[in-house]
Amino acid sequence: MRGKEKLFLLLAVVAAVGVSMASSLFNRYYLGVAVDVGINVILAVSLNLINGHTGQFSLGHAGFMAVGGYLAAKLTLVFGPHLPPAVQPFLFAGALLVGGVSAALAGLAVGVPTLRLRGDYLAIVTLGFGEIIRVIFQTSEPFGAATGLTGIAKLTNFGWAWGLAAVTVYVVACLVNSTYGRGFIAVHDDEIAASAMGINPVRYKVTAFVVGAFFAGIAGGLYAHQKAVISPGGFDFLKSIEIVVMVILGGMGRTVGVILAAVILTILPELLRGVAEYRMIIYSLLIIGLMLTRPQGLFTFGKKRAA
Amino acid sequence: MDWFLQQLINGLALGAIYALIALGYTMVYGVLRFINFAHSDVLMLGAFAAYYLAPMVARVLGAASVPTALVVMVLSAAICAVIGMTIEFLAYRPLRHRPRLTVLITAIGVSLFIEYTGQHEKVFGAATKPFPELLPKKEIIMGAMRCSSNDLVVLALTAVLLAAMWFIVQRTKIGMAMRAVSFNEQAASLMGVNVNAIISFTFAIGSALAAIGGIFYSMRAPGIEPLMGVQPGLRAFIAAVLGGIGNLPGAALGGLVLGLIETFFGGMPGLSDYRDGIAFALLILILLFRPAGLLGKLQMEKV
Repeated sequence: MRGKEKLFLLLAVVAAVGVSMASSLFNRYYLGVAVDVGINVILAVSLNLINGHTGQFSLGHAGFMAVGGYLAAKLTLVFGPHLPPAVQPFLFAGALLVGGVSAALAGLAVGVPTLRLRGDYLAIVTLGFGEIIRVIFQTSEPFGAATGLTGIAKLTNFGWAWGLAAVTVYVVACLVNSTYGRGFIAVHDDEIAASAMGINPVRYKVTAFVVGAFFAGIAGGLYAHQKAVISPGGFDFLKSIEIVVMVILGGMGRTVGVILAAVILTILPELLRGVAEYRMIIYSLLIIGLMLTRPQGLFTFGKKRAA
Repeated sequence: MDWFLQQLINGLALGAIYALIALGYTMVYGVLRFINFAHSDVLMLGAFAAYYLAPMVARVLGAASVPTALVVMVLSAAICAVIGMTIEFLAYRPLRHRPRLTVLITAIGVSLFIEYTGQHEKVFGAATKPFPELLPKKEIIMGAMRCSSNDLVVLALTAVLLAAMWFIVQRTKIGMAMRAVSFNEQAASLMGVNVNAIISFTFAIGSALAAIGGIFYSMRAPGIEPLMGVQPGLRAFIAAVLGGIGNLPGAALGGLVLGLIETFFGGMPGLSDYRDGIAFALLILILLFRPAGLLGKLQMEKV
């Protein structure tokens, strides 16, 4: 099993970089959508670790994304102009890493005090933290206050987005399928029974939060270097909802389903561009309809396996 | 001292509005145990109902007069009561016994649906509209302090509505039924309480109060637009949690406390930028140190 997963990771990264090399052959618009798909897969799979596998309910994923995006963008904005082009990819990788680690620290800071709460209370507190993170960026001058950061180098390409998406899927799948990771599922299924078996639920929840926030931060960095412009409004409550909907549509705790949902929900708005004014109305009706008819998610056929 | 009194009146008026909206959250939570995210959009619909009704009513009863204001408020509240019951019937009733998170997400879906439908140019349009003057506006000047007559009207009407709510819930038969459903739905239905009717009634009352809160809020705001309900809605929700969700006096107290804290912090130089964050910081502190809220009772969890 483990060998198969390593092979998947290797193949996916090689394929992503290979396609990226040949990117001049493809239409720029389609390529842009493909990069968005990669970023959303990272966001959805990392949130799935928190909301799906571990059974918590976070509504603040956009906040962690904002931390990663702002810090990574600030780093490349400050150091980028002083470095030769050959070093740029390394700078980008470093910036993404710093963004991810800062988001993970934010996840730790949020997770330790709040994870004693459950259900809708947890949802509201994470929503609150997401909003506080946004307000902090909105008021701090070094990060451009309400206008945000502009002129960020467009460093994200297909290879980065899909390569890192593959890494995210690999890490989350391996984590959950490991002996240690069974604890996430135990906490999800029954917290009290799990703690009776010697599993420390708080530790598992915090771990899930930190790992999820780390990848959200990476996705934020990719997003910033894809759009070239970021503003606090882009990381609001609605962004968090979008990611939550991907996880729910795919089926909580189903990695493959969540990836499919992320792909579909990124492409669908592009297809609906012709009826742009009805786009969000259709989207909201989709959420309601889905909850009324298939609350367990669309892609949940067959028995649930681990990940 | 004048600054203090001035902020006190402003804070109380804002808090009274939060309290009215918070009552809807808390009552729905009491009977159904879920957070009705669409509540903030019902208050927006209440404001828009008043926006469209005011010119029509003014033609009969005269612009900016007390009867006009009362008629507009009653009609808007009635419209929102019907909307609230419809939302419950179509979206929440089929999910009554599903996991709470399913209902929570449906509520978010309903909220987004109302917001985006409202933003469509054939409905309300996304642009901000000036809210019509419902009441004759007077500045009352006491020493160095000036306060708008509207603020005093808001305070007085809120006090009347809160008293009426207390009477309905504590002293009438339907209020007793509401408390019974909140205590134990199954047992209540075995005792002959029509649970569906009671839940509909709860939504109707909560939405009517939200409509009035929305109108009061719009009277103080620069204008109305389809997303105007989001911020007061979130604040009111925080107020409900602050006072102890499911607890009616708690919601009123939480609203006043939150309104005062926000006004005093927002009025201090240097802190006004963080005004949006204060309410959330307060929410997090409350949930960490007293999750049951100021007036709530902590429930032990059984294994």
